[in-house]
Amino acid sequence: MIRIPCPFCGMRDHSEFTYGGDGSIEYPPLDASKEEWHDAVFLRDNICGVQFETWQHTHGCRMWLVVERDTMTHEILSVRPAHPGLASALANEQEADQ
Amino acid sequence: MTRFSAWNVFWNGLKGQKGWSRQWRDPEPKPHYDIVIVGGGLHGLATAYYLAANHGLKNIAVLEKGWLGGGNAGRNTTIVRSNYARPGNREFYEHSLRLWENLSHELNYNVMFSQRSHVALLHSPGAIDAASRNYNTMRMTGTPDAEIWDLETLKRTIPHLNYAPNARFPIMGAAVQKRAGTARHDAVAWGYARGADQRGVDILQQCEVRGIEREGDSVTALETSRGTIRAGKVAFAVAGSTSRLWNMAGLGKLPIESHKLQAFVSEPLKPLLDQVVVFGVGGGHFYISQSDKGGMVFGGDIDWYKSYAQRGNLPIVQDVSEAAMSILPCLGRVKLLRHWSGLVDMSMDGTHFICKTPLSNLYLNAGWNYGGFKASPASGWYYADLIANDRPHERIRNFDLKRFERGLQIDERGAGPDPKLHG
Ligand SMILES: Cc1cc2nc3c(=O)[nH]c(=O)nc-3n(C[C@H](O)[C@H](O)[C@H](O)COP(=O)(O)OP(=O)(O)OC[C@H]3O[C@@H](n4cnc5c(N)ncnc54)[C@H](O)[C@@H]3O)c2cc1C
Ligand SMILES: [Zn+2]
Repeated sequence: MIRIPCPFCGMRDHSEFTYGGDGSIEYPPLDASKEEWHDAVFLRDNICGVQFETWQHTHGCRMWLVVERDTMTHEILSVRPAHPGLASALANEQEADQ
Repeated sequence: MTRFSAWNVFWNGLKGQKGWSRQWRDPEPKPHYDIVIVGGGLHGLATAYYLAANHGLKNIAVLEKGWLGGGNAGRNTTIVRSNYARPGNREFYEHSLRLWENLSHELNYNVMFSQRSHVALLHSPGAIDAASRNYNTMRMTGTPDAEIWDLETLKRTIPHLNYAPNARFPIMGAAVQKRAGTARHDAVAWGYARGADQRGVDILQQCEVRGIEREGDSVTALETSRGTIRAGKVAFAVAGSTSRLWNMAGLGKLPIESHKLQAFVSEPLKPLLDQVVVFGVGGGHFYISQSDKGGMVFGGDIDWYKSYAQRGNLPIVQDVSEAAMSILPCLGRVKLLRHWSGLVDMSMDGTHFICKTPLSNLYLNAGWNYGGFKASPASGWYYADLIANDRPHERIRNFDLKRFERGLQIDERGAGPDPKLHG
């Protein structure tokens, strides 16, 4: 079992989460060219090693997270909320706590 | 090397089995080959065999980083069928099934192909309609043995499934392909290896490709753990490792993700199940057959998250066991003997690639998801044809990397561009 430290709920089994996919993909603007959309939708680096990927804590807080994970060892290096606003709010809160 | 025959088996039985010789050579790598195939799984070995057998080519090597059949070739649940409905796929898989039907004779090697029927259970009127449409399509496009069974026929044939009317997903019938079945996976790898070796192909085990040398838009040599090997043409057939080789060639991204799929075998039982039975409903997926040794061989979905580790995770063990109990409750007290996992090359539409690449003398065979065992003979057949003639056969022209640019997805499951959702 992989264990993912959810920033909202704490350490949880991965079976509570749903895997999204490659977290490094940036979707182009809606009016971008067909080629740009093709690349974002269909092409992947498929990294063997450390990659950023999205997971949703479906059976927990239901937040989407960006997880930095090694695809060979399954070691998790960092976890943050996928929503950039939430990520910075959380960082501020943690700073205030300290 | 000895040809297998009833007489030979009998004679060696009398002589303490001392008359057999090695099945293939273990040669030292030569500095140059006309064609180098990377990957000694079923697709690589079949390709080498057909290059020699169909096209009379000789100076060929197969490079395998581990041992023959140590990848998905020896890890799969060995289901062979051709019940595909999308244009392109159905003709390809039917051709493969026909090659399977003669494979033991062609190779003079018993691949134990057992056409025991593939029985896909149906659990709702909607599922029966959808299956009828697909199986009618098969009948109209050259696959004669597609049948829809009603509940009575199914009960007569496999009486011990869970037919409880109050089951969560009550069984209502089945979509059946009678010429489908299973084969002995190791024997297929060994048979193709032996046939290729006999025709002059060098099979180089413990030979890992670690770097690829290029000059402009062509590959010149491969850096391997057994030295540099120069090549006229290079052909990848490395399943879940495709993106790694693609990167070594400096080619960037692919419409492929590597995932892992598990398989399971129980302790051996007396004969219990004569068919391949498949259950797929409501997010569940399960397939089971009984091996010649008696073990129940079964599997389900992939582990859901991308991975290069060839080891499985526990939630799927639970998932698959639950599915087993829901359709074959008589397995409840049977012990699991082993489970393992393989590195599968999941593609964006669930369909494979047999095609040319941006490099002039590099060829690609990949994207088999978890259905590439049945495809092995046709995959080798068409890949050899592509490499020998440097142009795709009419039948495989949509199995190229550019199909998404043309707006074409060959998506049997209708799952969309997400590799983890295909099968
Ligand atoms: C658990 C499981 C169950 C399956 N069940 C079925 C089924 O029931 N029916 C079906 O049709 N299909 C099934 N499949 C899919 C099928 O097994 C694969 O699609 C098929 O075997 C892939 O082709 P292959 O045999 O050539 O791959 P592999 O056997 O994986 O061959 C690739 C080879 O490339 C080698 N390689 C990798 N990198 C390098 C390198 N750098 N240098 C040299 N060599 C390298 C690897 O060592 C490996 O031996 C299943 C797969 C799995 C994992
Ligand atoms: Zn959470």
